[in-house]
Amino acid sequence: MSKLTVEVKNLNLFYGSFQALKTINFEAKKHTVTAFIGPSGCGKSTLLRTFNRMNDLIDNVRIEGNVYVDGVDVYSKKVQVDELRKKVGMVFQKPNPFPKSIFENVAYGLRVNGISDKHVIEERVIASIQQSALWEEVKDKLKKSAMELSGGQQQRLCIARTLAIQPKVILMDEPASALDPISTGKIEELIHELKKDYTIIIVTHNMQQASRVSDFTAFFYLGELVEWDTTTKIFMNPKDFKTQNYVTGRFG
Amino acid sequence: MKNKKQIQEFIAFNIFRMVSFMVVAILFIILGFIVVRGISVINWEFLTAMPDDGMTGGGIYPAIVGTLYLIAFSMLFAFPVGVLSAIYMNEYLKENWFKRIIRSMTNNLAGIPSIVFGLFGMALFVNRLEFGDSILAGSLTLALMALPVIIRTTEEALKSVDDSLRIASYALGASKLQTIRKVVVPIAFPNIITGLILSISRVSGETAPILFTVAAYFLPKLPDSIFDQVMALPYHLYVLTTSGTNIEESRPMAYGTALVLISIVLIFNLIANAIRKTYGNRSKSR
Repeated sequence: MSKLTVEVKNLNLFYGSFQALKTINFEAKKHTVTAFIGPSGCGKSTLLRTFNRMNDLIDNVRIEGNVYVDGVDVYSKKVQVDELRKKVGMVFQKPNPFPKSIFENVAYGLRVNGISDKHVIEERVIASIQQSALWEEVKDKLKKSAMELSGGQQQRLCIARTLAIQPKVILMDEPASALDPISTGKIEELIHELKKDYTIIIVTHNMQQASRVSDFTAFFYLGELVEWDTTTKIFMNPKDFKTQNYVTGRFG
Repeated sequence: MKNKKQIQEFIAFNIFRMVSFMVVAILFIILGFIVVRGISVINWEFLTAMPDDGMTGGGIYPAIVGTLYLIAFSMLFAFPVGVLSAIYMNEYLKENWFKRIIRSMTNNLAGIPSIVFGLFGMALFVNRLEFGDSILAGSLTLALMALPVIIRTTEEALKSVDDSLRIASYALGASKLQTIRKVVVPIAFPNIITGLILSISRVSGETAPILFTVAAYFLPKLPDSIFDQVMALPYHLYVLTTSGTNIEESRPMAYGTALVLISIVLIFNLIANAIRKTYGNRSKSR
């Protein structure tokens, strides 16, 4: 098995006649964190959404090129999209727990994927909540509604929900942008922990966050992947002047 | 001296308040009127006996039973069809000309006068399909009338479910059907129930659609099957008021019938509200 978990080859993506991604080539190594940065509308979220084919839900999307997850071409006809999404979990910008109990939120992914053994479900739910550093705060109220949790807790619950189905890759689309600084700190610590077991790709508008949490950083601009390297290089010694301008805050 | 703005504010506020009070007052006057006139005839016999003495005596039992049958069977037909087609329209169909046509047709259906439904029901169910004047024909006619309301409210209920929840469900590997069954419909359920209540209220009070399809003028016995005719409260009310053997004598019975009809609608509302509350709480905490 290769060391790569996500691999993108010559990817073009069109919304109707508008080209949102232009010949993207990218790789994410196993158990690393990659940050996607760039101004709004640069295509970073669009690229993220090709990894679990969330773009399928939008009309008029046309894709050329290949995306491989774990060596499998995700856009090949043989791939079942729900199987893919089990392998590639996703955490969204706005915490979006289901209006169900804390327990059921995490159990949901297991149930829809055909796991019905009560003990297995309970074990995995507890393990996932522990892994997402939420356990101490919710262990006495697993039957309570997830809507009663704070925004930061909800977001960690959404991460727990993703962990429960044991993905290989976790995509995070600005997971902390709707949260306060303390909750953001907790999410970042969590990303650090999760890196040991998962490949993480995170879209962020926060430069400090990118430099704090990621091993690699990719800078996007107008649908192009301008530069992609280790985070240290991108921030300390970028090759492209656009990257330099962006990370130093001169535009964006 | 108050300034002009404050005076305008004062006048506007009082106009709004007056109009709202007027609406509430009208409702209470109608209810009060019916209750005052009708309550005197309400007793156990009135609710459980057959009509008697040329409908100036006895009770309205067969009409109550008839109306309950009509509500039950029309909902049995309309609720699943309405909810399923609303799910299809909101969750599966893309926004295009086909959907727009279906939607405008549904709205047009809601605008058709009830007497036309009655005529259509008679032509199709009573004559063409040879159900005769029967519970079946009447329920189907009422179901047609209830459909647009159910479809409309169900669609609105589904629309109000936040898209981010559907997306979260897909992202966890759920299929569309699983997402609809386990996320969308449970969240929308309390509001879907509202549509059911609204349509029950509508169905239970309609006279015209049952006039040619099921309602019996005088039939002091309970139905044996869905191919039998029944009496029904709204039609019975009409009969008592306009074409009984002794209209003056049966006037109190008419008010009593109206009171029973209103009470049935009210009871359904309360039941459905209770369902809505308990289910709403459950879906939050389970």
